[in-house]
Amino acid sequence: MTALAIRNGHLIDPAAGIDAPKDILLKDGKVVEIAGPGKLKSANGAEVLDATGLTVAPGLVDIHVHLREPGQGYKETIATGTAAAAAGGFTSVAAMPNTIPVNDSPETTRWMLAPERNASIRVFPIGAATRGSKGEAINDFAALKSAGAVAVTDDGHPILKDGVMRETLAAAARVGLSVIQHAEDTRLTKGCSMNAGPMAFKLGLRGMPPEAESGLVERDIRLVSELRDARVHLHVAHTSTAAAVAAVRQARRNGLRVTCEVAPHHFLLTEEHVGLYSTHAKMNPPLRSAADRDAMIEAILDGVVDAIATDHAPHATHEKEVEFENAPNGITGLETALGLCLRWLHKEWKLPLGRVLSLLSAQPAALLGLKGRGTLTVGSFADVVVFDPKAEWTYRAADTRSKSRNTPFDGWTLQGKVRWTISEGRIAHRGNGQSSIKP
Amino acid sequence: MATVIANEDPMNATAAPVRRPIHPPPVAPSHFPYNAGSLLSVQDLTLEAISHLLSRATALEEMDPLARDRILLKRRIALLFYESSTRTRTSFELASKSLGADTTLVSSLSSSIEKGETLKDTGLTLRALGAEAIILRHNSSGAPWLLEEVTRLPVLNAGDGMHEHPTQALLDLRTILQRLRHSIDTVAEDTLSGVTITIVGDILHSRVARSNMLLLPRLGAQVVLCGPLPLLPELAAGVGPGIAIERDFESALGRSQVVMMLRIQAERLAGLQLDLEEYKAGYQLTGQRLAALAPSAVVMHPGPIIRGMELTAGVADGVQSAILEQVRNGVAIRMAVVERALTMNGGRA
Repeated sequence: MTALAIRNGHLIDPAAGIDAPKDILLKDGKVVEIAGPGKLKSANGAEVLDATGLTVAPGLVDIHVHLREPGQGYKETIATGTAAAAAGGFTSVAAMPNTIPVNDSPETTRWMLAPERNASIRVFPIGAATRGSKGEAINDFAALKSAGAVAVTDDGHPILKDGVMRETLAAAARVGLSVIQHAEDTRLTKGCSMNAGPMAFKLGLRGMPPEAESGLVERDIRLVSELRDARVHLHVAHTSTAAAVAAVRQARRNGLRVTCEVAPHHFLLTEEHVGLYSTHAKMNPPLRSAADRDAMIEAILDGVVDAIATDHAPHATHEKEVEFENAPNGITGLETALGLCLRWLHKEWKLPLGRVLSLLSAQPAALLGLKGRGTLTVGSFADVVVFDPKAEWTYRAADTRSKSRNTPFDGWTLQGKVRWTISEGRIAHRGNGQSSIKP
Repeated sequence: MATVIANEDPMNATAAPVRRPIHPPPVAPSHFPYNAGSLLSVQDLTLEAISHLLSRATALEEMDPLARDRILLKRRIALLFYESSTRTRTSFELASKSLGADTTLVSSLSSSIEKGETLKDTGLTLRALGAEAIILRHNSSGAPWLLEEVTRLPVLNAGDGMHEHPTQALLDLRTILQRLRHSIDTVAEDTLSGVTITIVGDILHSRVARSNMLLLPRLGAQVVLCGPLPLLPELAAGVGPGIAIERDFESALGRSQVVMMLRIQAERLAGLQLDLEEYKAGYQLTGQRLAALAPSAVVMHPGPIIRGMELTAGVADGVQSAILEQVRNGVAIRMAVVERALTMNGGRA
């Protein structure tokens, strides 16, 4: 493989504490040298990418995406989903197991990882915690792990039974896997299609109470504390309520290994964005109240949130063009995450760029134990995103690389334009009108 | 606007907290209604538009049927009904035909809807068949907005899920004006000042209640919602101004000039456990209660009534009952609404 030298850029590698002008050399899929501008020693013959005025950072890591394969290739394929990810600056995505069939077996996990899937970037399958994600019989986590699974979850189908959840946490800990919980007490959300509150009442829609989320988070934290095993790791997916974040914050103060992620739509949008039944504002967990949204921002700024994850959930146009109550949950998010985080978390709410990038790479990579990802120290994987941090642009859903266009962010102004996304030393995405310069 | 404390990292509490205001991204303005002839929500109507509809209702009611017949002669109107209906469907149909229009009824049980056709495709099909307006009754809240967006035809909301039933609120308004006021043709923001209208029963599942509580306070009325907690959540009072909650039926009745009784919607209870005997003891409108607490109040009900449940047969048939006037007013109001649908700039005329 040809070597790739990224010159004249500004390197931000939060995990390594680097925030300085650096040249970086990539070879054989790894980072081989980092030096001051013009100081690379072994760059002879390398293809050069001129990153003048650009930020060079570890490729982004999204630990919560739905790639829809196997089974629902009309919504997304691993090829199209990872192409969208690369366009958004991501070099690693963790794929949720709610496929058809559910990814509850080493065979399905290996199928997802096969070269025939044509992934543009690295895919990390997450295995189902229980057979068919039915919340009853626990899967063979050791076998899933050796096939490539990086965590277990029944995402979309919370594990309600205390005994099953306790056993899932314990069994996953024994093989060194994290348990990701979609925290929703579905006994409280039957037939509901948005957040409970005045807006739902006014629209005549049944509402999901915030307690349906926080109650299950609290239950899970209680189980973690009862297990008294430092290896147990609970990760709360797509946290959306102030009460759930408060529970995570308290668990951490108590020294428990409990982490959480927040999706861009939950720190940007509220139930008001449902407007007059916009199905692009329908997801699960739903858009919440302004107080909950503000609590998400606060939790990100004060460090309780460990990762920004998109919950990229593509659906075909015909599936979303139906009555609000009948529309499937979810929106796409891979192409808009970086631009929204820079526009709002960084520019508007003044979160330092390094911390934004850490939430999008170093922290999620560490959370799932993705070794050599989320940092650009010598010897790490050559997963890099090079972007113009100042460029403002308008996102157009029609131009997406995803197979689906179900986004509430169509027409939004984003900040930060991806110039190159490099996955293990290979250019996986080139931004508009840019090309590399041959020496 | 909220204020957050930044840099309070519990893992690394070195930085001093900084309070800062949060300016969130704005909510985009609505594009609805796409067609000026549509009636999706009572909120789409200005007081002027309401006055116009009321005066047209009177004019059309009084007009020579043969002259009226020419107003929408041979225009095509589709009635698309996903739920059963007696009053609304019949009165929309009679109203359309009184104006000379051709109507066709598509109901979910005798059409391709049974075969899985989507609302979008059914709407586009009706448009291709020449429908110039669609009157929609649907079990899903918000369905008329979807239909309007995809067909861009005038869409008249004949009841959507638990959301709205705007023509019912208009005909209720006409009924109230007939009983309590001299003029039934114009309204202003003080037309109903001093009038307390109590809506009783299953507010949670009622589109009639939502449309009325959004409409009547705009004319100065005080709307009181009355019912047990499972059928009337506290946040209902937050829907708009001029709405209050009173759990005690007799206390509410004592200060009401109008009392609207609602049916318990068994089809929408969704697992809610309700003791009907207890409900009747607390909220049934009986002759005794009416005589003792509101001997001159107007008794209304959007129908269908369940005699012996929310009200007794004697009250339904009594002199204070305006239930059949409501039905009669339905035809007049719907003539005005259908005329508006096809003569605003969205229509051909």
